[in-house]
Amino acid sequence: METGLVAIVRERIDAAAVMDAMKAGADGAVCVFDGIVRDNTRRRRTLYLDYEAYEEMALGQMHGLAAEAVAKFGVREVALVHRLGRLEVGETSVLIVVASAHRGAAFEACRWVIDTLKQTVPIWKKEHFEDGAVWADGEPFPEAIVSGGGAVR
Amino acid sequence: MLLAMLVRVLFFGVLRDLVGAPERIVEVADGATAGDVVELCRTSGASHAVWTSIALAVNQEYAGRERLLAEGDEVALLPPVSGGL
Repeated sequence: METGLVAIVRERIDAAAVMDAMKAGADGAVCVFDGIVRDNTRRRRTLYLDYEAYEEMALGQMHGLAAEAVAKFGVREVALVHRLGRLEVGETSVLIVVASAHRGAAFEACRWVIDTLKQTVPIWKKEHFEDGAVWADGEPFPEAIVSGGGAVR
Repeated sequence: MLLAMLVRVLFFGVLRDLVGAPERIVEVADGATAGDVVELCRTSGASHAVWTSIALAVNQEYAGRERLLAEGDEVALLPPVSGGL
């Protein structure tokens, strides 16, 4: 796995290792969001997921999100890792670790990063079921993105 | 004389399945916009709902349909994203 705080990987994400590496003396809290593969979509049994990305752009957007979370919420540092390729049920697809002096900012920043990532970072998942595979619908793009504002906010 | 230029168009997710290729090199007139590229590529599965909900990126930055293109630009057609959990 890449050692950078912001990364796109194809191998298993070691959530505990990323969290441990983030802790520093000035921190009072580390807030972790561990997004994992669910075993169903609307009760249809999921066998596995395949994630793909517009990789160079996705990585750029992820760097932007991490930097903006630091600026917006005053947290010390944000780690953001997304995995691509085939993922089995229970495996980590996205990991967000926010280190901060105080818990409130850590919770808020963590929530903002996952919500914004799901609307703006060019990554797609294909859900494989027993009777076929479909691309997940995805959330509608924010207006600022469709009109080319380019903002990730 | 109307000059032509070449741009590289990338397709992702369900769009790649509809178009049948991950990318195409497309010839457009000088002064063409990102939106013109969408209409040019909207030939296969043109009635699919995804065409009305895509976003565009030019050289890896989100761009509006009115964005003017230049020779060699990379235009990406992006279905609504579904990363994360």
